[in-house]
Amino acid sequence: MSQQYRTSNGGQINRARSISFTFDGKSYTGFEGDTLASALLANGVHLMGRSFKYHRPRGIQTAGSEEPNAIVELRTGPRKEPNTRATTIELFDGLVAKSQNRWPSLAFDAMAINNLFSPLLSAGFYYKTFMWPASFWTNVYEHVIRRAAGLGTAPTEADPDFYEQCHEHCDVMIVGAGPAGLSAALAAASTDARVILLDEHPLLGGSLNSENFSIDGKPGNEWAAEAVAKLEAMDNVHLMTRTTLFGYYDHNVVAAIEKVSDHLPVPAKGHPRQRMWTFYPGRVILATGATERPLVFGNNDKPGVMLASAARTYANLYGVKPGRRAVIATNNNDAYRSALDLHRAGVNVVAVVDSRQHPGTQLVAELEKLSIRLIAGATVGAAEGRQHVKAAQIVTTQGDTLDPERIECDLIAASGGWNPNVHLHSQSGAKPVYDDSITSFIPGDSRQAEVSIGAAKGSFSLQNCLDQGTAAGAEAAKLAGFKAANIKAASAKDEGAYAIEALWISPTPYNKSFKQFVDQQNDVKSSDVALASQEGYDSAELLKRYTTQGMATDQGKTSNVNTLAILACQRGEPVPEVGITTFRPPYVAVAMGVFAGHTVGYDFMPVRRTAIHDWNEKQGAVFIEAGLWLRARYYPQRPGDTMNDCYIRETNATRSNVALVDVTSLGKIDIQGPDAAEFLNRLYINNWLKLPIGKARYGIMLREDGMVFDDGTTSRLAENHYYMTTTTANAGPVLAHMEQYHQSEWPELDVVFCSVTEQWTGIAVAGPNSRKLLEKVIDIDLSNEAFPFMAAGECRMNNIPGRLFRISFSGELAYEINVPADYGEQAWLELLEAGKEMGVSVYGTEALGTMRIEKGHVAGSELDGRTTAKDLGLEGLANRGKHFIGKHNSERPALLDEGRLQVVGLKSLVVDRNLRIGSQLVDPKVKLATVNQSQGHITATTYSPQLECGIALGLLRDGASRHGEQLDAVFPLDDETLKVEVCHPVFIDPEGELVRA
Amino acid sequence: MLRIECPWCGIRNEDEFSYGGDASVQRPTDDASQDDWYDYVYTRNNPAGRHSEYWHHANGCRAWIKVERDTVSHEIFSVTPASPNLPSGNRED
Ligand SMILES: [Zn+2]
Repeated sequence: MSQQYRTSNGGQINRARSISFTFDGKSYTGFEGDTLASALLANGVHLMGRSFKYHRPRGIQTAGSEEPNAIVELRTGPRKEPNTRATTIELFDGLVAKSQNRWPSLAFDAMAINNLFSPLLSAGFYYKTFMWPASFWTNVYEHVIRRAAGLGTAPTEADPDFYEQCHEHCDVMIVGAGPAGLSAALAAASTDARVILLDEHPLLGGSLNSENFSIDGKPGNEWAAEAVAKLEAMDNVHLMTRTTLFGYYDHNVVAAIEKVSDHLPVPAKGHPRQRMWTFYPGRVILATGATERPLVFGNNDKPGVMLASAARTYANLYGVKPGRRAVIATNNNDAYRSALDLHRAGVNVVAVVDSRQHPGTQLVAELEKLSIRLIAGATVGAAEGRQHVKAAQIVTTQGDTLDPERIECDLIAASGGWNPNVHLHSQSGAKPVYDDSITSFIPGDSRQAEVSIGAAKGSFSLQNCLDQGTAAGAEAAKLAGFKAANIKAASAKDEGAYAIEALWISPTPYNKSFKQFVDQQNDVKSSDVALASQEGYDSAELLKRYTTQGMATDQGKTSNVNTLAILACQRGEPVPEVGITTFRPPYVAVAMGVFAGHTVGYDFMPVRRTAIHDWNEKQGAVFIEAGLWLRARYYPQRPGDTMNDCYIRETNATRSNVALVDVTSLGKIDIQGPDAAEFLNRLYINNWLKLPIGKARYGIMLREDGMVFDDGTTSRLAENHYYMTTTTANAGPVLAHMEQYHQSEWPELDVVFCSVTEQWTGIAVAGPNSRKLLEKVIDIDLSNEAFPFMAAGECRMNNIPGRLFRISFSGELAYEINVPADYGEQAWLELLEAGKEMGVSVYGTEALGTMRIEKGHVAGSELDGRTTAKDLGLEGLANRGKHFIGKHNSERPALLDEGRLQVVGLKSLVVDRNLRIGSQLVDPKVKLATVNQSQGHITATTYSPQLECGIALGLLRDGASRHGEQLDAVFPLDDETLKVEVCHPVFIDPEGELVRA
Repeated sequence: MLRIECPWCGIRNEDEFSYGGDASVQRPTDDASQDDWYDYVYTRNNPAGRHSEYWHHANGCRAWIKVERDTVSHEIFSVTPASPNLPSGNRED
């Protein structure tokens, strides 16, 4: 029979719409409005999974996001989601769920044998068991424990859905739309304040939907629906359902996750699966309610044992009978409501067992009216049954337990009292305090602009919730600067006061030992808490780590207070002495995808393209990422061309004729003002005061610690106008560095500057025929006399305005022309056209790198943040008669000592073998045994078409004085050793005749 | 998430800024001793409490600013331009 546990009427489900789903391959039906848990319970299915360590059968404990046990794998394929709480999954057509942590099947689980070996798995077992021997780690523990203690499996395919991130500001934010939250929203929204009210459920109203309350003479759920309708009609209110606030951060910034499409089979077209919200509220009202805690009795983890409030929620909200014969166990007044509601739903409530001698609640009379048996001064000592509760063994809370009464039942609805949900309050930096009257923690003094109200504050009466909500909503709007609201709280039918007497651990029948679970998700028992305490792990934070209590995916929502209280009992101290652990975000598990949002795949980072990119692409260039830039690496010409073929051809074409390369990605900074030269003088080690107009200079910048920061050429275009270039990688950092020194150290310097990297396209024209090519298109005299090496000036290229620099990275006669980026492609095409008859070609960054190594120019791999100008052979550029950044620390004795790594050239002595970056340079007489025997390393390598052998640049101890030595270049990862000869880092044209030709 | 009130841009999110280190250290003069320069670069207090630090409004107006922040509570007491000699912000709301 289908849905044999469904009540004949009631509940906020749509009985007209039936929904089919499968659990562990078996088909069931439920109704629209069900959760997976309520639908399974309607079908009499309680067994939901096996526990983490002991593989004990587990069922549904709760009706909300605090659920420790009923966690399942939801969906299949790429949308599969492990560790999903059945109590929060909204039922949809075709839903597929699977139990976790069982092998080979849920009913028969081979690993349940762990249950018998449980002493091995007690508190601290991670620390004790895995100590010795080391080989057991890889061979035994990993395999066995991973299989035994699993938490579902992750999907193996990429997530097909997308996630969004949103930001919103408001004056008053209300978290939780129960009676307190709705009252607060009505009050705050009656002013002009912008109000956001959010709730994790699909239906707003909180406990008004799951309890039989009466407000203003109406059923609670109707009052809630009217309040929601009223708020919905106001345009200063943003209502959000299926939205959980998971983090309370500094400066009153809070974050929430909105489950936009989780209740659907697949997201609607164009809709995200989930949305992450960052809110900037003026004031926050926490109306997050309270969570019931379980009673700690023997076998309290059996399917059929449930929180008392969850049992009545299933009856009231979903029209489901969680059992047929129920025993209610409690230490407080609230659970009496479960007896009445379950009775009304048609469940046979066989007994209410109250651990207090004198229950003292007005509901006692109501029990009597219904002839429900009340057993005072007693509690459930243990549950009986294998895969489901069969009976409760009732023991007295005073005196001996040798004569337990056995009551047959299939449901034990237990209440150990209520814990205000102080998580967000704690996350905000505040410290919850212990309140003896409710035996739990309540919010302490606020540290940020937040206030807790209603059950979240420990006020459990409905009228208090309505009153506090109304007052807090008005007050928050007032504090946010709005005119006070004058609104009256709704009035509730008296439900009687809440009262509780602590019962932290139940006595056991015959004083026998039973497993009494505290943290059901991590399988932590009361005996583990006792053991940890005996072994000295008796502070809240230590206990948590030693037993792993509270560290599962439910973050111990139902177990934290019980654990602390049991620890306090062990220590013989009151609970507040033990303290409370600090709650940290996230309040609920949040998918990683929502943190990534849209920044995945192609959108992970922006892509910077040069003006010549499209042309490069059309040529079939192979690109390389340089920071955010895409640069042409090499240009295959015919099928089968390898990278080596290309860069050798491109290098030869440049050195023998003329070729173009796109150098747009170099950083460019325009600097102007009367103090520009002085500013440069302090930034660079070089002297800039005497640089003539129309000249470029190669400069070196240090960091304040004396290490080289960046290099590049800077040109003087006019009296007070300079144009700086930086390396591609440091374009941003150099600008920030300049801004910092100008703003914090030298604000008196009259200079302004800004990045113009994007505004100019840079093209280098290199090779012996470069002048001949440029003379065809440039309007200024390019003769060696008129425009010598390191000349710089404005020009026109055909009709394009440009800046021309006679600088060379390749070591050839070369120029660099900059044109406004809008003309970039045109300039490139015109240069190609003009050079057509002389056979101009193009080259990429591989050939660029080859030529710079041949020429011995240092670059990023040598400027590694640990090299000084002296190490790089560039100390000659420094003018130590003036002040510059890094001057003093570059003069520290250790940086001038012998034994430093200095830049050298290296030639491979093995024919046809290229050297490898990262190879260690060692004396051929010693075998490389430790890193101490390394005398240096290789930083950049290439095959040199000029020298016809493998060459490299490297950093070698005292390298400048060791030219001619032979060393081994050792690459231990591949067990490779190559003979190399140390030489001057400039392999070609050491006198620089080519560049000056 | 810190919210930093840039003297020019108003309250902006922390992720628009990059951290720029200790602002309580004074850059020595050119004729200061080697030890002073060493301390300037390497010697830092690590206070639990009030601390003055540089931040750069890198994804904003590019101003370097001095932020007085409590390193424990993250409370921000003041935000000023990096140098007192700079004209202060005259933001018009
Ligand atoms: Zn700013």
